[in-house]
Amino acid sequence: MTMHRGRVRWHCRRALLELDIVLTRFLERDFDQLSDAQLVDLQDLLNLEDHDLWAMVNGSTECSEARWMPFLGMFRESGRESTIDNKG
Amino acid sequence: MKVAKRSYDAVIVGAGGAGLRAALQLSEAGLKTAVLTKVFPTRSHTVAAQGGVAASLGNSTEDNWHWHMYDTVKGSDWLGDQDAIEFMCKKANEVVVELEHYGMPFDRLDNGKIYQRPFGGHSQNYGKTPVSRSCAAADRTGHAMLHALYQRNVRANTQFFVEWMALDLIRDADGDVVGVTAMEMETGEVSIFHAKATIFATGGAGRIYYSSTNAFINTGDGVGMAARAGVPLEDMEFWQFHPTGVAGAGVLITEGVRGEGGILRNSSGDRFMERYAPNLKDLASRDVVSRAMTTEINEGRGCGTDKDHVLLDITHLSPDTIMKRLPGIREISIQFAGIDPIKAPIPVVPTCHYQMGGIPTNYKGQVVAPKDGNASSPVAGFYAAGECACASVHGANRLGTNSLLDLLVFGKSAGETVVEDIKSGNLSLKALPEDAADLALARMARLENQTNGTDVHEVRLAMQRTMQKHAGVFRFSDLLKEGVTKIMEVAEQAKHTQIKDKSKVWNTARMEALELDNLIEVAKATMTSAEARKESRGAHVRDDAPDTAEFPNGRRDDEWLKHTLWYSEGNRLDYKPVNLQPMSEDVDPIALATRTY
Ligand SMILES: Cc1cc2nc3c(=O)[nH]c(=O)nc-3n(C[C@H](O)[C@H](O)[C@H](O)COP(=O)(O)OP(=O)(O)OC[C@H]3O[C@@H](n4cnc5c(N)ncnc54)[C@H](O)[C@@H]3O)c2cc1C
Repeated sequence: MTMHRGRVRWHCRRALLELDIVLTRFLERDFDQLSDAQLVDLQDLLNLEDHDLWAMVNGSTECSEARWMPFLGMFRESGRESTIDNKG
Repeated sequence: MKVAKRSYDAVIVGAGGAGLRAALQLSEAGLKTAVLTKVFPTRSHTVAAQGGVAASLGNSTEDNWHWHMYDTVKGSDWLGDQDAIEFMCKKANEVVVELEHYGMPFDRLDNGKIYQRPFGGHSQNYGKTPVSRSCAAADRTGHAMLHALYQRNVRANTQFFVEWMALDLIRDADGDVVGVTAMEMETGEVSIFHAKATIFATGGAGRIYYSSTNAFINTGDGVGMAARAGVPLEDMEFWQFHPTGVAGAGVLITEGVRGEGGILRNSSGDRFMERYAPNLKDLASRDVVSRAMTTEINEGRGCGTDKDHVLLDITHLSPDTIMKRLPGIREISIQFAGIDPIKAPIPVVPTCHYQMGGIPTNYKGQVVAPKDGNASSPVAGFYAAGECACASVHGANRLGTNSLLDLLVFGKSAGETVVEDIKSGNLSLKALPEDAADLALARMARLENQTNGTDVHEVRLAMQRTMQKHAGVFRFSDLLKEGVTKIMEVAEQAKHTQIKDKSKVWNTARMEALELDNLIEVAKATMTSAEARKESRGAHVRDDAPDTAEFPNGRRDDEWLKHTLWYSEGNRLDYKPVNLQPMSEDVDPIALATRTY
């Protein structure tokens, strides 16, 4: 199954500012490099509820799927680098 | 260009708390109802609300709607309409209990009743002692509310159009609203939603500011669409700034941190709130704390290399307390400030949080505007609820937990009014004007064909910086004047945005450009309304309207006890009276008084 990149990108618009920020740099820097298979994994991760996804990003709950781990790493790094000059 | 048309009894734009509550009322009454939303309903920004929803259930402490009404009027600095406030406070118990019946998992007392906790500004006995009035579902109140309402809507056959972006309002020659145009993101195609009633529930526009607690989705689309269609915007100068957003990120640090003993400090480590609010100190009301912080920063006592923030210190609390009571906060601080609050204080700044103004409505959810000498004449076919609307219950300053209540009460009320208006034959499906889609198509075509244009991200940033500098926590007459000129310049740039990617399908660049058209309307309205209001009231505080014996807090009821109405066309202002008269004889008007806590 192929995913439309723009659609997955739109699904990075979240209900929590915390997530919008950690996704900003990720979208700028890492997103375009993802393979189609990675895109499918990312879409599954993005289907999580916002609070659950944020808890995984900040490490207060464990990541339930090994294939999501690389994304969580990229999100965390992105959040650390982001300043207020975000895309919102 | 041929544009597809769909017809409904009602079309609702927005699937947050307000939109879902309104939709439920309509679908359960058997009306054919469409709900348009940019994102999946349970990803609406209502999810972010944690604190709770206000209702004078009196489960934890004695309470009644009279006290709640008093607190709300006082909180609004007497700018709220007392009929709408009476209506909201009276209806609170009903809508909260209803939500409970829809399956909302409220926290409970041992006796099984809904647990309630205290919140700033809510009191017993007309301001005497704090009251427990907030009903919450752990720290996921908004999330739980949306899920309960969404499930109920699915059961009632509400038809959802997910990932559709409404573009513009359709008004006919009489000025009546007959629907909206919208773009399906998956195809990029524009359609017309033709309806007897159109309800806007599109949320706030907190992204007009550089530093905001709001998620990126809060772009004020409904407010922008209304403005472009000639509907005035009410009281847009009033924005609530939350004292503690993480500096540089904006993410909200809840008041609970100061409740647990957190202390605000300036560059010399001084607990400055002792000077501004000797009694309540760090726990004074939001506007008081935000202004004190800003004064410290403006007078050179800010922290960091740029001296642009202050510190929220909880290092004196035991790590155990922090881990147990404030776990979410620790994670936010580590992620966004790179600081473990157990070891070092968190950098914070007052951050834009909530839009008090919006599309003017009455307590029935009907959008109202001046017409033929009536300052509040309903615009036929048009309704609004939630943060995009101004009923006006929050006036110049909103109390925490009153927004979720506003969504439920006025979402339901707008729904009820539409049901009545349709059943009584007041509303029918009026013919679509020939040019129904022209406004939206022209905006799309402009974007398509723009050459040598401006960059969306840069224009948005220029807007955000201008708003932050010229219409922030404290307002200065010269900065405001300059701000009006500057924001009009930025608005000019916004008319010429250009996107590189012209693809039709899932084009997020196009969506962001269209959103900017809405943000800029809100920004112009805010700056212009703020420049004109030459008094201090609630969240709007000016240097040239100081606290004096004659005019305590700088409030000028003699001249400014009135609502602002801003029109996009000509950047023009008008005013209308505040309704100081409650809805019924159950309560006397709450007389004007100085707002002190
Ligand atoms: C961090 C934070 C915490 C808060 N905590 C509390 C609290 O504890 N208690 C409280 O009372 N208030 C709280 N508030 C305020 C409150 O959460 C909001 O005012 C409220 O949730 C707004 O709800 P709404 O239904 O009006 O809009 P939203 O929930 O923002 O929903 C807007 C909807 O409109 C849709 N939409 C927007 N534009 C378009 C368009 N062009 N086309 C189609 N659809 C569109 C969106 O997709 C979404 O579905 C908080 C706010 C923040 C930022």
